[in-house]
Amino acid sequence: MRFDYLTSYRQDFALLRHPADRAAYGMLAAALLAAPMVVSAYGLGELSYVLILCIAAMGLMVLTGFTGQVSLGHASFVAIGAYGHAYALSQGVPFILSLPLAAGLAALAGLAVGVPAIRVSGLYLAMVTLAFAIVVEQLAGMWRAVTGGYMGLAVPPPELFGLPLGGATGFYYACLAVTAMVLIGLVNLMRSGIGRAFRGVRDSEAAAHALGIRVRAVRIAAFGLSAGITGLAGGLMAHHLGYLTPDAFSLVLSLDLVLMVVIGGLGSLRGAILGAVLISMLPNAVAALKAILPDSLARQSGLELFVSGLILVLFVLFEPQGLNGRWLKLRLLVETFPLYRRDTFRRQKSYMRSERNR
Amino acid sequence: MSAPSELLVLDRVSLHFGGLAAITDLSLSVREGEILAVIGPNGAGKTSMLNLVTRVFDPSGGRILFRGRDISRLPRAAIASLGIARTFQNIELFEAASVLDNLLLGRHRFGAGAWWQQLLRTPGLVAIEEAHRARVEEVIEFLDLSPWRRASVATLPYGVRKVVELGRALCAEPALLFLDEPASGLNPEETRDLGFWIEDIRSELGITVVMIEHDMGLVGAVADRVICMAQGRVLAQGSAAEVQADPEVVAAYLGT
Repeated sequence: MRFDYLTSYRQDFALLRHPADRAAYGMLAAALLAAPMVVSAYGLGELSYVLILCIAAMGLMVLTGFTGQVSLGHASFVAIGAYGHAYALSQGVPFILSLPLAAGLAALAGLAVGVPAIRVSGLYLAMVTLAFAIVVEQLAGMWRAVTGGYMGLAVPPPELFGLPLGGATGFYYACLAVTAMVLIGLVNLMRSGIGRAFRGVRDSEAAAHALGIRVRAVRIAAFGLSAGITGLAGGLMAHHLGYLTPDAFSLVLSLDLVLMVVIGGLGSLRGAILGAVLISMLPNAVAALKAILPDSLARQSGLELFVSGLILVLFVLFEPQGLNGRWLKLRLLVETFPLYRRDTFRRQKSYMRSERNR
Repeated sequence: MSAPSELLVLDRVSLHFGGLAAITDLSLSVREGEILAVIGPNGAGKTSMLNLVTRVFDPSGGRILFRGRDISRLPRAAIASLGIARTFQNIELFEAASVLDNLLLGRHRFGAGAWWQQLLRTPGLVAIEEAHRARVEEVIEFLDLSPWRRASVATLPYGVRKVVELGRALCAEPALLFLDEPASGLNPEETRDLGFWIEDIRSELGITVVMIEHDMGLVGAVADRVICMAQGRVLAQGSAAEVQADPEVVAAYLGT
């Protein structure tokens, strides 16, 4: 068992308070940095893709996990980021400027969706975002001058100050750097006033109003921030794909992102990353599974969809806190062994909330 | 014009929902530094009155003056910055957040640094967070919440949640504090503690308290003045004993 003895608030603010934490995260960082030395070019490409999905999942987590607004259309912000980035590159804008530009464009689109979306919540909000995603996908197909339509748009290879980033290693490091920056920035935001306001709006609007939080402004800002980060992921995704067609940003991608944040555990950035890693490895896992399944099962179409659906159902039933919740429980089990109580995380009965003034 | 000692004045305020009159021509005043209890049968308009002051509803008529300024048209989020805080009848805490986060959110009106400071967590921001934390710890000390500091609200028993909500309102350092049925659902011991806290909130922190309460034991113990409402208007006011003895009040509670 471990008891913290803190003598200042600054000690309490530290993210990695214990030597063991620092060692674990240091080893993770070292492993990620050293990966190009041991992993093949194909493996690096897959790793880069996982990192890109991590960024996109963190973007959706800001919206769904922290402000409680559901979005079934986040693939549209990935698409806006990807097409915006590719278009800017083709116009001669350098990579280092074009990526933030694409993120900004997606953020503006997010604000535009957020303004009407604050009037609705829950299922209706999901419908609004779904409709927006359909519009964006159609637009990407029709607006040939910019997007190349269904014929597709070739993405120029990335370049940083004249250094080519097109190779697997260079692009992997670019993805890793962006992921790290987004993660650190979001961790800082979510434990400061903005993050607290997000969670306040999610858990009780009535109380948020009474404490002076401008609920509508916070909700719209969350949409913009979330869309911007997702757009950033889109910009990197453009390079990963190399060739953009509208069907790369279909409803399936939106649903995958939702799966990631729900399975990862709503309301935690660690959850977004764990979820993204799990879901992005799923196709490979299912391919491996096919090898050992009897032929009649392995040749069924939609096996992958079935497996991801099954995982979602199992998580909702047995671990609503997602991978992050499971992680926290395991960690507490190890830290407090053998005094761990199974009911530590059990929720008390939730009390009636009538008279909610929304 | 209101005398300077009157913190809050409701001047012939009314509230209609369509044809339903929740409050009609309600006039009352809250004096600086007092503990005022509002009692009345269900549906008397007590909580509606509170919701009018905190701008949840737009009044259909009349004026609401806080320190002589009409606040009846202000945006809802502006009320906190005036120094008006409230609790809710059916606890409105941020359930998935920790007690600390709930209390820190109480300090929202004092600002938490610019967005870029928060993004980069600059030394200036850490200093701001430290100052907020120190004030929150004072409230934790005052209300004996230290065992629960890191607990998520969803895991707390009901009585503690009530105290956390009171603490969150105190973190906003209000001049005027509304408590909507603070003792409902508390056991006698918790209610007695609450009574002491309410007296301390007035005498030590200098906060004017208006509480809507049914527990006449608590009302009699702490309130300087009692207002009885029924059917959207003031029926009687005075000391707890006077109001309880008023024949109109007795009739309103028992029916005629």
